[in-house]
Amino acid sequence: MNAKVSNQLERLREVDAMELAERSRQLRLDILDVISHAPMGHYSSSLSCAEILVTLYHHVLRLRRGEPGWPDRDRFLLGKGHVAVALWPLFAELEFFPGSWLQTFGKLDSKLTDHPDMHRVPGIDFSSGSLGHNLSVGLGMAIAARRRQKDHRVYVLLGDGEIHEGQVWEAAMAASHYRAGNLVAIVDANGSCADGPTESVMSIEPLTERFASFGWLSIEVDGHDPQALMDAFAQAMMSGDKPVCIVARTLKGKGISFMEASPREWHLGALSGEDLEQARREIRGAK
Amino acid sequence: MGGMSDPFSFNAGAVESSYVGNLGEAFRRFGEQDEEVLLVSPDLGAGPVTGAFVQQFPDRFIDAGIAECNAMSMAAGLATYGYKVFVLQMGAFGALKCAEQIRTDLAFTQLPVRILSAWSGLAMGFFGTSHHALEDIAITRAIPGLTVLAPADDNAATAMLAASEQVNGPVFIRLTDANVNPVYDEPPAIVIGRFGRVREGSDGTIIGTGLGAQLAVGAADLLAKEGLSIRVLDAYSLKPLDEAAIVEAGRDTGAILTVEEHLVAGGLGSAVGEVLARNALAVRFAIHGLPDETLTVGMPDELYRHYGLTIEETARRMRTLVAARG
Repeated sequence: MNAKVSNQLERLREVDAMELAERSRQLRLDILDVISHAPMGHYSSSLSCAEILVTLYHHVLRLRRGEPGWPDRDRFLLGKGHVAVALWPLFAELEFFPGSWLQTFGKLDSKLTDHPDMHRVPGIDFSSGSLGHNLSVGLGMAIAARRRQKDHRVYVLLGDGEIHEGQVWEAAMAASHYRAGNLVAIVDANGSCADGPTESVMSIEPLTERFASFGWLSIEVDGHDPQALMDAFAQAMMSGDKPVCIVARTLKGKGISFMEASPREWHLGALSGEDLEQARREIRGAK
Repeated sequence: MGGMSDPFSFNAGAVESSYVGNLGEAFRRFGEQDEEVLLVSPDLGAGPVTGAFVQQFPDRFIDAGIAECNAMSMAAGLATYGYKVFVLQMGAFGALKCAEQIRTDLAFTQLPVRILSAWSGLAMGFFGTSHHALEDIAITRAIPGLTVLAPADDNAATAMLAASEQVNGPVFIRLTDANVNPVYDEPPAIVIGRFGRVREGSDGTIIGTGLGAQLAVGAADLLAKEGLSIRVLDAYSLKPLDEAAIVEAGRDTGAILTVEEHLVAGGLGSAVGEVLARNALAVRFAIHGLPDETLTVGMPDELYRHYGLTIEETARRMRTLVAARG
């Protein structure tokens, strides 16, 4: 359908799990660097979804390098908008904006805000920040793409705390009603909310079964295993007219021991000095 | 007489003033002329405003079920693909329940979604205070990037469909259900950001919105018989507001009364008052609306009389304001 162009990145393009693991390690280092330019940043919930984002942007999504507004791209919406800092290095790498923008993160009037704004950053398909909205927006896009007879697929990353929002379940009900087989939700199930473990704040389990009971194809995977994620996304392509939920079991603060031990304390923070160096050493050492 | 009725014609046959207009047919024709028009609604699509459209174009109606917030956010997603999306919401729930979706998903993003807010004000007064829709002007005019329109009657509402195409971003259209004293014989010319100057006058000005504009015209005509010359401005564009017309009315006539089927807190009267204060205009000024308290319940006509949203009471207040001049 699309003329072959050199910047075209096809869906499910060839990549091996080792490369995705290495890119995930690099993304974690980049997240630390980008936040270091700002007074603070969302660490632990960005670290939990590194493999998910890397697998999407380096394997799953149909995109064009350097052409973020290409109309026939697949759509990606960051429901858990507070981890936009994890997208910025990926977007710079895809040449959606100049790499020099990364150093402006957190500065007055920077385009790269803590939550993503579609009018500030090329490549953001929809703004987010208020939890619970983007699955509905993504469903609207999925229905619109089908009306336009486009084969676009729409991916929405949700936090497991975001699942508490009632609107998520309004959208979940509507997505199966409208047979939105081109809609994929990924839940970054890192098990931690601001007030404590997600299960003690407000139980969401059994999450996989809950989505299944709403008429979705529901797949549970280890969210830090790139091969498992690749397999899940491939399976999602064959759901027929069912929307797909990939429940990715992850660790909040993944890769940095003191964040894994206290994910809540590192939800929002500012690393510096020896702590920052230790964090970098641990990520580099995780081979 | 039978007991069955159309589930959406809440007041038909029971209320003299009930809205039985041409907007539904106008919306059907609007959709017929432009196949990019889609409708999203939380289980209200079959009602009088959009029923004819839904019947003719069932595949262009996306029913959200009774999930107002999901309807609003889905509309945003549909609009990113270039569709002209209309959302029909119930006045009591659309702006209040979905204020944040309107702000975050529609206004910040500047997507061209048109919200038809039906059964505004006291239109559903019979059903209980939960169904009063009296805070929506206050809410919507506080949202940057949102255009807020309020047609005075059926003809004006019909004109709003095409007028909304002047706006690139989202538009909230507050539909009145009242048909007490229609202002227009045919769909008027609408300019976003302007008021309609529907009566000339020099002794005072009544600025009304929605039902308020109907009452303003009735009151001005009543006062004309007493020899008072009252200007009437139809505030169909609440955001942006016609500041120039307000300032001019203050300077020319020295007395301004605002009238609205909305709480006095935060509505048209508040907006006009802000303009007068900003421009340091020392005019006699009063706001006529619904009191800042939990209101009582009843059929709309009874409530209008109970709270003085009548031509006679509007005229009495204007007469008092004019008499207060030094």
